[in-house]
Amino acid sequence: MNRPQTLTRAIAFAAAACVAAGANAEPDTDQLVVNEEIEMITEAAAPAHTENLSTVYSGWRFRADETQALQMDDFENPAMIFVEAAAEVWSTADGTKGNSCASCHEDVESLRGVRAVYPKWNEAAGEVRTLEMQINDCRENQMGADKWKYTGGDMTNMTALISSVSRGMPVNVAIDGPAQSMWEQGKELYYTRTGQLELSCANCHEDSYGMMIRADHLSQGQINGFPTYRLKNTKLNSVHARFKGCVRDTRAETFKPGSADFVALELYVASRGNGLSVEGPSVRN
Amino acid sequence: MKIAFLAAAAIALTATGVTAEIVKPQDVAYVDGAVATSLTGTPGNAENGAVIMNKGAGNCIACHEVTALNHLPFHGEIGPMLDGVADRWSEAELRGIVANAKIMFEGSMMPSFYKTSGFTRLGDAYTGKAHPEGEVKPLLTAQEIEDVVAYLMTLKYD
Ligand code: HEC
Ligand code: HEC
Repeated sequence: MNRPQTLTRAIAFAAAACVAAGANAEPDTDQLVVNEEIEMITEAAAPAHTENLSTVYSGWRFRADETQALQMDDFENPAMIFVEAAAEVWSTADGTKGNSCASCHEDVESLRGVRAVYPKWNEAAGEVRTLEMQINDCRENQMGADKWKYTGGDMTNMTALISSVSRGMPVNVAIDGPAQSMWEQGKELYYTRTGQLELSCANCHEDSYGMMIRADHLSQGQINGFPTYRLKNTKLNSVHARFKGCVRDTRAETFKPGSADFVALELYVASRGNGLSVEGPSVRN
Repeated sequence: MKIAFLAAAAIALTATGVTAEIVKPQDVAYVDGAVATSLTGTPGNAENGAVIMNKGAGNCIACHEVTALNHLPFHGEIGPMLDGVADRWSEAELRGIVANAKIMFEGSMMPSFYKTSGFTRLGDAYTGKAHPEGEVKPLLTAQEIEDVVAYLMTLKYD
């Protein structure tokens, strides 16, 4: 899309790379195996529709060894407390119909594979749905319960539980058919330079991944690891909360979590990571 | 009486004269990306420039490494290292780059520090809210630009 002056930039980067020789110019070569059992794909050939990258990397590969270690064992992973909390909620009835998640889905393991394909087109509803939207649809229509706040604790915990049973499976989000126009909208947003700093997602996560921006080692901004426990705010963070923070940091008016703009962006960003393993809940800084 | 009044008027005029010398963001004259004349007429203060390089609206070392600022932690590597930058660029060029780098380097990732219009979804600083109606402040004031340029002019190899 709008990518002017690649040459000038390439020259600047070459210069920067020379200066930074020896610094963290690339993701590291560590391998992620969780609980000595689940082998994660943290590096894959970029999907054909991710035009400007040849390889996609999980954000895990850009984190320091100590942070990485926390995700390698569920006893160390601080996000697992929230997964356990959600497991209780899973089988607790709520709402006018007296149903819990378990009433319809039995064991949460029955949802293995779900995280890997969301956001996903829902034919009956005629819309692209994120996992959060689907959960709220179940709460309203199957349980007669109130919707959860889009980025609230209950919601993010539940997405962590559902994600945890798909860990290791490759992300495989569909972008064709009726989802395509939303995907295009997300792509447009990904390359739009917003705010007073006039930065796009691509500026940081496509053009500059592997480089330091002040104290942060830039990753590709992939979302295969969500929700993410961040050491910085010591809680689980949802995809849209992260997007909101990144847009705000360009000194822009951000978008609302759950808005059509962020659903489109999530579909697009998820699809850039097709082939990477579902890692959520992951640990980042 | 009459003389006193005239004198006051003259002082007022000079005072307005000084403010009028501050070139507004929309009036900056770029020639090949460079800006020949000072934005304020007041020489830049290199020491203050060094402070702006570090934090607040400048935060240049988020993206650039500068050996002379090694006492500060965490220099980024998005843009070129700035050591010796005054050997590579003239003062006018540096002023143009700091004021609006996208004119010298089309499509640059470097923010435009002296620009107040043409943004998409302009926010109110880092609040995530929309910028209120009314005047937009550039990332750096005219004098801060001059201070940063004065600092950059000290970055010479010899
Ligand atoms: C000014 C630079 C900048 C911009 C612009 C930016 N980000 Fe980020 N982003 C960061 C930094 C720094 C981090 C933390 C380090 C990392 O994981 O890359 C981050 C982290 C992320 C993460 C977490 C990755 C993980 O593995 O946990 C996601 C997802 C993300 N960004 C998406 C986006 C999207 C989508 C946009 C555009 C709407 C965007 N970012 C714009 C700087 C930026
Ligand atoms: C978000 C990143 C970013 C920030 C913040 C930033 N720059 Fe830059 N700067 C760049 C990039 C990238 C280039 C290379 C030019 C290009 O885009 O081709 C550059 C180029 C330059 C150059 C030319 C250097 C050379 O050797 O050719 C100077 C001088 C400069 N910047 C000064 C500054 C100053 C002073 C500030 C703060 C007031 C600043 N920059 C803030 C990214 C940044």
